[in-house]
Amino acid sequence: MSKQEQHWEKTRNLLFITLAIWFVFSIGIFLFGAEMQESTIRPFGYPLTYWFTCQGSLAIFVILIFWFAGRQEKIDDEFGFTEREGE
Amino acid sequence: MIKGKFIDNLPKIYGIYTGGFLVFIILMSIAEAAGMTAKMIGIFFVAFTVLIYALIGWLSRTLQSDAYYVAGRQVPTVFNGMATAADWMSGASFVAMAGGIYFRGYGYMALLVGWTGGYVLVASLLAPYLRKFGCYTVPDFIGTRYGGNLARFCAVVVLTLASFTYVTAQINATGRIASVALDIPFNIAVYVGLASILMCSMLGGMRAVTWTQVAQYIVLIIAYLLPVFWISNNIGAGFFPHFMLADEVARISELEGQFGFVKNSAADLATVPKGLAGITKAHSTVNATPWQFISLAICMMAGTASLPHVMMRYFTTPSVRTARRSVGWSLFFIFLLYSSAPMLATLSKISLLDPNLATGIIGRSITEVQALDWYQNWNQAKLMFVSDFNGNGTLELNEFFMKGDAVVLATPEIAGLPYVISGLVAAGGMAAAMSTADGLVLAISNALSHDVYYKIINPKAETAKRLIVARILLVIIGFAGATIAALEINDILGSVIWAFDFAMSGLFFPLVLGVWWKRANAAGAVAGMILGLGSGTAYLVWVKWYAGAGFLGITTSTFGLVGASVSLVAMIVVSLITEAPDAATQKMVDEVRIPSGKTILGKQ
Repeated sequence: MSKQEQHWEKTRNLLFITLAIWFVFSIGIFLFGAEMQESTIRPFGYPLTYWFTCQGSLAIFVILIFWFAGRQEKIDDEFGFTEREGE
Repeated sequence: MIKGKFIDNLPKIYGIYTGGFLVFIILMSIAEAAGMTAKMIGIFFVAFTVLIYALIGWLSRTLQSDAYYVAGRQVPTVFNGMATAADWMSGASFVAMAGGIYFRGYGYMALLVGWTGGYVLVASLLAPYLRKFGCYTVPDFIGTRYGGNLARFCAVVVLTLASFTYVTAQINATGRIASVALDIPFNIAVYVGLASILMCSMLGGMRAVTWTQVAQYIVLIIAYLLPVFWISNNIGAGFFPHFMLADEVARISELEGQFGFVKNSAADLATVPKGLAGITKAHSTVNATPWQFISLAICMMAGTASLPHVMMRYFTTPSVRTARRSVGWSLFFIFLLYSSAPMLATLSKISLLDPNLATGIIGRSITEVQALDWYQNWNQAKLMFVSDFNGNGTLELNEFFMKGDAVVLATPEIAGLPYVISGLVAAGGMAAAMSTADGLVLAISNALSHDVYYKIINPKAETAKRLIVARILLVIIGFAGATIAALEINDILGSVIWAFDFAMSGLFFPLVLGVWWKRANAAGAVAGMILGLGSGTAYLVWVKWYAGAGFLGITTSTFGLVGASVSLVAMIVVSLITEAPDAATQKMVDEVRIPSGKTILGKQ
């Protein structure tokens, strides 16, 4: 497998992990909106589903993108595909 | 004070700007104490900020195509994040979102999740790769990746339809705010709004829009957060509302139980002015089925990743790496406002409902409420209404009506904040609507001038001529948008949601598969765009105007699901039964997938 194919395979795997996390917090948990609302877990005292819609999921997306960007930079570095300054 | 290159001095320049704006707010509050009228304060706020944007627009004027189309590709990560956030957060986000949450609760909050989750798709599926491509516009990518003018043209059509639907809503919003703040009729205010939008974008294109959007972000975020923190502290709900409003949320549920949701008779409702709504849904209970919530969220997420005015912001960063990080910063700056919207809705509702607070009006006598200054103002503007349906002399929960937009605009006054805050909020709403309109008008006119005029009609046109064409188109599109906005066909929020569905129907899969599926070819992409947009639009027309029953619970807000599914199937089937893309195209896709090396299109 060429260097480029290996790079793409790792990039694709990272994409799948990222999208899996994204799926859980944008779609997955809202399948159980009514059940979660009754939960005794109450972040900052808010009902659980309510909290996810106004803060939880949103904050997780922000962190997820930065995490994803960091991992992708590592992959690019590993294969020497990082841009040089001024390109 | 400022030495060296503009780009190196950005933190300093915008630091001074922010400080200057805060001083302006303080000066205005002193003027208010000294007896300046509310009307004058509103005029000062809107006029002052709009003039500053126009000044930035004029200072950023340019005659170079790289600066005009992609701001010279040198916008630093964090500033591009701010500009994208302003570009993204429209009049709908600023003015209508808290109101939507206020009236419709959980079912509406799918928009919060959708409009943020979409950025994960932007960061992971598209933005870095399109940046590597080095294109000027989104159709530029489609046209070069798939080859052929037909694919390019189809992309321009989808882009224009989606962005134009969106931009009329924004010009509508600028008009509404300008008409309230400057006290002029709506159909004139629309053109005042348009003139301000054109001043920001015409001379400097993307470069001017970038630097005005950063300035607009600073104004709109201050204008949104200040009242939220102020009211929360004022009523003793906690100094950091985002983490401390749980008791208020619980208290609202308790009050809702106590007042009860009484259903008004049709005859009573007929006396309520059009567009106003009462509180009929509980604040924090789960009031939508999982599918209703999820389908709306999916549409907004896929739409986010297909809307060209957002995507083109990531063409302006210096590198692929910064494009990726910049998406994170964009979402962070958006998060600051979006996480505050539910808090504002909560604070607004508790201020009105709770009889223990001085501002609570439910349960007080109708004549007392009708004598309130703020009630009279907003009633006159046809944004608020009370009526004693049951004739008992006191105001019940079901007898109070308000327009969704008024929640953000009127809450500072209702909660007893000085008028200077209302002026600030008007300036913030104006900034939000203008920044989005700028980005959209520019996206459309760039696509028409670069992709249709330069790439299809007249490939030999020189730079000066291309930029003149781009500016003429900008003015024409702006006027067309303002003319349609003045007709007030759809409400602000409805138009915005449609724009997402249109974009998703036609562009989502052709963009994503262009990077992630080498086998995708021109025939497939064209089929995907035409059939996707066609089927989505047909579904909308069928359900909306021919009283179609629809299927699978897909509504006029989520018709993008139909369009995008058809688009995906059409694209895969047609690509597979036609020839694979040639070796040069395949190699191009390989190149796009690694950050290093030259951009595909190079310097245009």
